Amino acid sequence: MAVFVISSAVALISTILVITRRNPVHALLYLILSLLSVAVLFYSIGAPLAAAFELIVYAGAIMVLFAFALMLLNPGALSAGGPRRRPLFWLVPALLGLVLLGELAYVFTRLPPRPLAAGGVPPQQVGLALFGPYLLGVELASFLLLAGLVGAYHIGRRKPS
Amino acid sequence: MSPVPLEYGLGLAAALFVLGLVGALVRRSVLFILLSIEIMLNAGALAFVFAGARWAQPDGQVVFLFILTVAAAEVCVGLALMLELYQRFKTLDGDAASRMKG
Amino acid sequence: MALLWLVPAFPLAGFLLLALPLRLSPKVAAAIGVGSVGLSLVSAIPPAASFIAHPPPGCFYSLPLWSWLPSSGAGKVGLYLDALALVMVLVVTVVGFLIHLYSARFMAGDEGYGRFFAYMNLFLASMLILVLADNLLLLFLGWEGVGLCSYLLIGFWYRDPANGRAAVKAFLVTRVGDTALLIGLILLFTQLGTLDIQELGRRAAMKWAAGSGLAVAAAALLLGGAVGKSAQLPLQTWLPDAMAGPTPVSALIHAATMVTAGVYLIARTQAVFSLAPAVELATALIGAATLLIAGSSAIVQNDLKRCLAYSTISQVGYMFLALGVGAWQPAVYHLATHAVFKSLLFLGAGAVMLALGDEHDMLRMGGLSRRLPLTFWTFLVGCLSMAAIPPLSAGFYSKDWILFAVRYSAPAGRLLWWAAMAGVVLTSIYTFRMLFLVFLSPAKQELKAEPGALIQVPLLLLAVPAALLGFLETPRTLGNVRLFTRFLSTSLPAAIPESGSPASELMLIIPSTVASLVGVGLAYLAYLRSRKAEGQVLAVAARPLRRFLFAGWGFDAAYDLLLVRPWSWLARISRKDVVDYLFRLIAALSRLLNRLLSRTQSGLLRRYLLALALGAAAVLALVVLL
Repeated sequence: MAVFVISSAVALISTILVITRRNPVHALLYLILSLLSVAVLFYSIGAPLAAAFELIVYAGAIMVLFAFALMLLNPGALSAGGPRRRPLFWLVPALLGLVLLGELAYVFTRLPPRPLAAGGVPPQQVGLALFGPYLLGVELASFLLLAGLVGAYHIGRRKPS
Repeated sequence: MSPVPLEYGLGLAAALFVLGLVGALVRRSVLFILLSIEIMLNAGALAFVFAGARWAQPDGQVVFLFILTVAAAEVCVGLALMLELYQRFKTLDGDAASRMKG
Repeated sequence: MALLWLVPAFPLAGFLLLALPLRLSPKVAAAIGVGSVGLSLVSAIPPAASFIAHPPPGCFYSLPLWSWLPSSGAGKVGLYLDALALVMVLVVTVVGFLIHLYSARFMAGDEGYGRFFAYMNLFLASMLILVLADNLLLLFLGWEGVGLCSYLLIGFWYRDPANGRAAVKAFLVTRVGDTALLIGLILLFTQLGTLDIQELGRRAAMKWAAGSGLAVAAAALLLGGAVGKSAQLPLQTWLPDAMAGPTPVSALIHAATMVTAGVYLIARTQAVFSLAPAVELATALIGAATLLIAGSSAIVQNDLKRCLAYSTISQVGYMFLALGVGAWQPAVYHLATHAVFKSLLFLGAGAVMLALGDEHDMLRMGGLSRRLPLTFWTFLVGCLSMAAIPPLSAGFYSKDWILFAVRYSAPAGRLLWWAAMAGVVLTSIYTFRMLFLVFLSPAKQELKAEPGALIQVPLLLLAVPAALLGFLETPRTLGNVRLFTRFLSTSLPAAIPESGSPASELMLIIPSTVASLVGVGLAYLAYLRSRKAEGQVLAVAARPLRRFLFAGWGFDAAYDLLLVRPWSWLARISRKDVVDYLFRLIAALSRLLNRLLSRTQSGLLRRYLLALALGAAAVLALVVLL
């Protein structure tokens, strides 16, 4: 429980920091921190494979991809589009967010309180599931990755003009 | 493993999701919008994992993996677009690309 | 008698011949036009003679011709001749023939000569159909026909738009009456199941109690129709303007025949009127009011024909007054005498206008007593008749009969009698004002033309009955001739029983005669003696009063304000097609919606995100709450 509280607090705080930074590199780093805490959370509830994937793929690959992209931008662009100076611009999205949060909280609290099952899910089980019933999904995931690859290449290539 | 109630986890997921949504709505820079989308995806994945752990079944993590895949593909294309936007308009402001045909 | 149908058929044939697109020379056109009316008159004589000498059983003659709508119970075409119809037929054919003869010369040289006679023949045919009809539907056909011809003939000189406007005005105002009449016919038919006039009377007497709502409604509607055609209050505004037509038209239509159609209608349907005493009282009041209004307006008119027009309205008011107090026979008597002397006056006026080169203004006439002697003397006879000055005036006997009947009638006999007496004074004032101004005042112009034989002969021929027709019916103290009453009592109930002794009759004759003479004297003083007044008796200080009377008590202005202006305003704002507005509104709404929705396609990424988020929140709310 204590682990849950601490790690979720870290996740929340760092997420808030992500969306309020001006410097995108800072935001990126805070996002990595948030992902890390989420991975810890995963581990604490008995999903070590998920924790590992979170770290390796999400924090390791995707965020690094962001870093590469940042690299290709000029320094002047980094400070463009900072958060609006006036807090008023946060009002509507904040309200909307609160409404949404309220609805979700309402739904969740209607559920009878249930603890998570003990024991967790070992990686072997996940692997068996992946190569068993979800085989088709895995293949489709590879299609998706291929499509993303091709698309990114196509968009990013040098145009003749 | 500590018996964390499911609702707490879902509540955390919801909170993270909403934060990501707010971030997407407020920030003008396309980069930050993409980051916010990542936050949202992550929140969704969190919910799935918690749900899977509730029943001690691997399905939750399987879906988590798929979400990860989707996020990766989307980030590829999104960043490529962002770079293209930057090449064209010399700025990362999303509002710069608001002119439409016709 | 079986050839009664020839009477309306001849003028109808004349119209058809003249309406064909043949190029007829004026002589031929006149021959057809006048000849058809002459033949009509000739063919009316045998039935008239045999009716008078050997009255058929029941004192009526019915000639069914054919059936137009066999199943309806109303669509028959048939002729009905009784004493009343015979009087009307004789009046219409005799006066009509003389006027046609007159117009052969009067309208000579006009480019619409053939057209004129065509219209006049059609008018005469319609009037005869109206008078001879045995059912109200056929009567209505004649009614509408005379209305149509009135319109065509008032606007005869159509090149001047003012004439067209006068014709339209006449048509529209009488239309109001016609509509009332039509509704009345529908009411009668739906309630009583027939439009045959005699049958109608019988059924009405059986089914409706005196004073019942339906009877009052039917009678009121019939009165409405009569009021329109006869130019009584409140529909009298068209007649003065109708003088825009040629003078023979004014003489025939607006003095002798069409305006008396209303009187005829009421007399014909007296069975229905007798069942509605309230409507009868209304008729009498309308007549009394009209005769005063028109009489006072006639005093200040400068146009000769307009003066005569107002006097026509006034005299028809006397007829309505008589009808209203139940004095059917005096009303018809006055109708006959009025037809004679009024057409005489109009034709005389036409002769004067012709002689002075189409001059209408009385103030510019004068000194014609020496230069147009025959016209002067016949005009004088007509004036004496109209002003009811004994002994050689038909108008005297008929008007006095009316006065006598009015005086002893209930419920408002005395009041009506005073009104009628005031009217007598007014009548002789304006009548002799006309005479003095036109003939006896100093000459102001030279003669431009001499009236020919075709003009003078009708004048003479009309002057004779104008003087002598009165002797068909004289008061008890002056010979007690009762020819007319006896003749007409076969079809109309007698006037209210005479109350009072012969002495009381004399007591009424003397004041009325004195009143007429007073009027003559006043006119003499004002117009002949005093050089200053010169045609205007009311001094400068009374100019507003004079203007008021000149405009016929302001009815035209009132109607313009109350009816014409709002209608024109409505027409103006409807020019933009109010109904279309609804459809254009729909289109405008669509366009508005389009504009609003287009704004959502802003191209701004964050807006789209916002929309997404809002939608998600809404759907979630729905799911959560439902």
